[in-house]
Amino acid sequence: MAPVRGPRPKLENPGKLFSRLMRYVMKDYWFACIIVFVCIVVNVYVSIQGTLFMKTLIDGIIEPLKAAANPDFSVLAQAIGRMALIYLLGIVGAFTQSRIMMYVSQGVLRNLRIEVYHHMQSLPIKYFDTHAHGDIMSVYTNDIDTLRQMVSQSIPQIISSCFTIVSVFINMLILSVPLTILTLVMVAVMMYCAKKIMSLSGSNFVVQQKSLGAVNGFIEEMMGGQKVVKVFCHEQENIEKFNELNEQLFISANNANKFANVMGPVNAQLGHLSYVFCAIFGGILAINGVGGFTLGSLASFLNFNKNFSMPINQVSQQFNSIIMALAGAERVFKLLDEQPEVDDGYVTLVNAKEVNGELTETEERTGRWAWKHFHKADGTTTYVEVKGDVTFDGVDFGYTDEKMVLHDIKMYATPGQKIAFVGSTGAGKTTITNLINRFYDIQDGKIRYDGININKIKKADLRRSLGIVLQDTHLFTGTVADNIRYGKLDATDEEVIAAAKLANADGFIRRLPEGYDTMLTGDGGNLSQGQRQLLAIARAAIADPPVLILDEATSSIDTRTERLVQDGMDKLMKGRTTFVIAHRLSTVRNSDCIMVLEQGRIIERGTHDQLIDEKGKYYQLYTGNAMKA
Amino acid sequence: MLKTLARQIKEFKTVSILTPVFMVLEVIMDTIIPLIMASIIDKGVEVGDINHIYKMGALMILTAAVGLFTGYMGGWCGAKASTGFARNLRKAMFENIQTFSFANLDKFSTAGLVTRMTTDVTNVQNAYQMILRMCFRAPGNLICAMVMAFFISPKLASIYLLAVVFLGLCLVLIMGRTTKYFRQVFKKYDELNASVQENVSAIRVVKAYVREDYEKNRFTKAAENLYKMFINAERILTLNNPLMQLTVYTCILLISWMGAEMIVMDGLTTGQLMSLLTYCMNILMSLMMLSMIFVMMTMSAAAGQRVAEVINEQSDLVNPSNPVYEVKDGSIVFKDVVFSYKKDSAEPVLKDIDLEIRSGETIGIIGGTGSAKSSLVNLISRLYDVTGGSVTVGGVDVRDYDLETLRNEVSVVLQKNVLFSGTILDNLRWGNKEATEEECKHACRLTCADEFIERFPDGYETHIEQGGTNVSGGQKQRLCIARALLKKPKILILDDSTSAVDTATDAKIRKAFAEEIPGTTKLIIAQRVSSVERADRIIVMENGRINGFGTHEELLENNEIYRDVYESQTQGSGDFDENGGDH
Repeated sequence: MAPVRGPRPKLENPGKLFSRLMRYVMKDYWFACIIVFVCIVVNVYVSIQGTLFMKTLIDGIIEPLKAAANPDFSVLAQAIGRMALIYLLGIVGAFTQSRIMMYVSQGVLRNLRIEVYHHMQSLPIKYFDTHAHGDIMSVYTNDIDTLRQMVSQSIPQIISSCFTIVSVFINMLILSVPLTILTLVMVAVMMYCAKKIMSLSGSNFVVQQKSLGAVNGFIEEMMGGQKVVKVFCHEQENIEKFNELNEQLFISANNANKFANVMGPVNAQLGHLSYVFCAIFGGILAINGVGGFTLGSLASFLNFNKNFSMPINQVSQQFNSIIMALAGAERVFKLLDEQPEVDDGYVTLVNAKEVNGELTETEERTGRWAWKHFHKADGTTTYVEVKGDVTFDGVDFGYTDEKMVLHDIKMYATPGQKIAFVGSTGAGKTTITNLINRFYDIQDGKIRYDGININKIKKADLRRSLGIVLQDTHLFTGTVADNIRYGKLDATDEEVIAAAKLANADGFIRRLPEGYDTMLTGDGGNLSQGQRQLLAIARAAIADPPVLILDEATSSIDTRTERLVQDGMDKLMKGRTTFVIAHRLSTVRNSDCIMVLEQGRIIERGTHDQLIDEKGKYYQLYTGNAMKA
Repeated sequence: MLKTLARQIKEFKTVSILTPVFMVLEVIMDTIIPLIMASIIDKGVEVGDINHIYKMGALMILTAAVGLFTGYMGGWCGAKASTGFARNLRKAMFENIQTFSFANLDKFSTAGLVTRMTTDVTNVQNAYQMILRMCFRAPGNLICAMVMAFFISPKLASIYLLAVVFLGLCLVLIMGRTTKYFRQVFKKYDELNASVQENVSAIRVVKAYVREDYEKNRFTKAAENLYKMFINAERILTLNNPLMQLTVYTCILLISWMGAEMIVMDGLTTGQLMSLLTYCMNILMSLMMLSMIFVMMTMSAAAGQRVAEVINEQSDLVNPSNPVYEVKDGSIVFKDVVFSYKKDSAEPVLKDIDLEIRSGETIGIIGGTGSAKSSLVNLISRLYDVTGGSVTVGGVDVRDYDLETLRNEVSVVLQKNVLFSGTILDNLRWGNKEATEEECKHACRLTCADEFIERFPDGYETHIEQGGTNVSGGQKQRLCIARALLKKPKILILDDSTSAVDTATDAKIRKAFAEEIPGTTKLIIAQRVSSVERADRIIVMENGRINGFGTHEELLENNEIYRDVYESQTQGSGDFDENGGDH
């Protein structure tokens, strides 16, 4: 892949990021890193020796041999043999380095992926609600990936380059001080040109990125609405607008690439010039024999000259990709630094059985559950049976502290009751479902579960005691049975089928090509909306929780499936405390209590008949809908 | 595929040809330089001829200058050729997509088209630039250096030839194996990312069922597996560097040995030996470069393939040769219509459809999901072509109309509708470019959209975000209907277009239709009986067939499905939602 070239993103503190990344790499691979470091040093040593070998060869061997009447080639053989050994060392070093680096870079990537994923699982829902999923995904797909190049190539390259530069510089100084100065001057010129070109191409890349964004945005929008475009015969207008944007992209991309492409030849030819100047100057020195400068020294020096400008070029080439990778690292670390969900709950959910009329904890699955409540004050532990009694007391809530969504919510649900919420979109119905399971924490007031403040209950245990069927069903890649089993991982096949039957899903599942073993992919894309909902209900059913939260789906499913879904939900609700976000009259009518929400407040409450008699908002909603009924 | 793509080079042919020419010239300059170097050392330094050094130095500077110029031009042309090529590709794709029929669009998904037009084109552009600049440069470099080496000493140069063959063979072997492995790895990698995506979007379910640890375990296993696969693929690749060094070092040693002997015995010069060693690096580097190009080309070949597919896709709906440009009235006739989305599918989506709808009638269509309601109406504006039978509008087969004429007269409000970024007025004018503000407002009044638009601070100038995210579902639907109305069509089709509008407003819109556009034939697909019961006649669809066609009363009496649906809905399972949601 070509290196990604783009504007250099602004980094807050590149040094700090870099050292953090290095620490991350060293944490698990410090020993490997040391070996790689040694290998790099060995390689630099070998290549320096190779360059110096030229001098030995010409001055020390060829010249005397040429002068000798009866040349003895064993000297040559010895020198070549010695060099061969050194080279062998170099090859072993190179092999060791690339092998170990492979393990290090892939290992770091793996660890990072796992760590990011694990950390992500611990983040609160708020994080997912406030960050675009595309941005979260790009941490995995782009950012971690750019680190690979940096860890496996750029960093070793730079280390090696630095060593080469330093040792070549020392060797050049030993060979000839004036020529070294000349080389340095040329390098300065080279770096100046590189900087100039880089800033030129950089600003053009910014323009290119902008027009690329415009073109991509337009493409995305129009491809999404292509059918509408067809229906309105808007093709010609579209083409005209696209051509305009496309032309702008061409111009800016052309400019950006032009400058970027020029960098290579300019540096290469400047390198040649440096070589030429050194050759002329060095030639003059060698002819005049100034300071014992010999022909062999010149040959070696010229090689050093080349070896000096090469790593400098390499470093400047790596620079852009390092900045890009650090920008990626920044986003990775930002995700890792996100605060995980806090859980100070200490009340836990345990299996319970009754011994002598007292509830106690047990290891076996009894089907009865109890809250194990440890009281710090007197050091006692009490067990409260899980019944599904939920009360809200003066609850205020807002997604941000500035804007409250729910105000002073008061309600209670006794075990087995069905509480329905109705009201306009945006009245705060769905928000309530986020509070009972503590996806979000309330700002004020109290929510109690079986008399215990839910803040005291361990989040995992609290959620395990609640079943949720969401408006948007989400299924996972896997078989139908796997998806139902998500509600209870150790469920037997019989339990899975029983849950499917309860949810009215058994019928359609059996008609699928491979029944319960049918693979679902892409969020259950091969199922209809209604079927997916039935599966979601089965998933909740198998978990068998005492309290249920149902957010009815609004999307239009046909009447027959809807009846199946409705029926499945009804069966599921039996004997459980249920909170329903209702969209359909039939759900509401047989509720024990209906809460009418308006702008975050409960404005009416009561049974269906009571509310109809009240002739308030509910009456309006109800009669407005059932006009013809 | 290559042919299709090559055809899009068009006006950038000249620069495309010039790029490699300049690159090869640059290579020649690069090759001459070591030659001049040898001359400087042999004829200048050794003989002590300072003038020769000056002369050759000047020549070298000149060569470097020419090299710089050709390199610059090569870069300049390469940039122009590749970015221009990318522009033409995007243009060709976009223009071709505009001719796509619905069937073509269904074939490529939206996301697929976007990727093809963005990422894939960028990959092709990069590969093209690489090919132009490097594909000739690397072999050119190799050949030039080789020729020069032979020129200096055929005996020593043959060592290079052996080295090139050896390294070339090794690289081919390595690349061949790794590309296979990498293809597998990248597939796994995509799967891993897909599972992350799934987790992110279903995070509420994960948390609600407390399955964080389960997900962590699953992911860890997948990541470990990916790691192993990557190691397997890269293990072979790590041989690259040591192999390269092995070859270079062996060459250097051999050349040094034999060269030294030759200097002493056969009169090879020191300068020539140094040039030979420089060429050694040149040759092997260009071989390395070639292997890189090879990898890059295999990687972008897939992208090129995807781009070519879009350009080559032929729309399966074409304008007739002598199209009819006028739609007489809004009458619709279906005659023995059979339709399936795929030509060869065994079970057609629609079968035995015979219908006669008079101009100006209001027709309701009701039926379960998958009963092919949408498929039925999509045939009227020729969004798809029938597989058998015919659909006639205004007495003329829809296939004989000019497509634009037909679609302007038959206005469809799609089930999955979208608004575009721009003001509300901009969006409305999609229906009719010349519509005055007054006409737009009138259309909005008919669809009860005026009430919420006027409450926006900017009224009709309110900016709609991409995808219409800043209006509610019900508002969006009403805007979409208004947009369709502005066409002043003879036939108006609403495909479940008021599902998010509350029942009262829905009724108001229908009433306005009846009063204001009585001459327009109206087809209304709905889930709610209340939306269709007042229609002149109602079609009941079931499994791709017409199950019943008649008035509300008739159907109640003798259509079982209709009665069933009616009863279930009037017994209180209407919609609560959205009612007043816009207030």
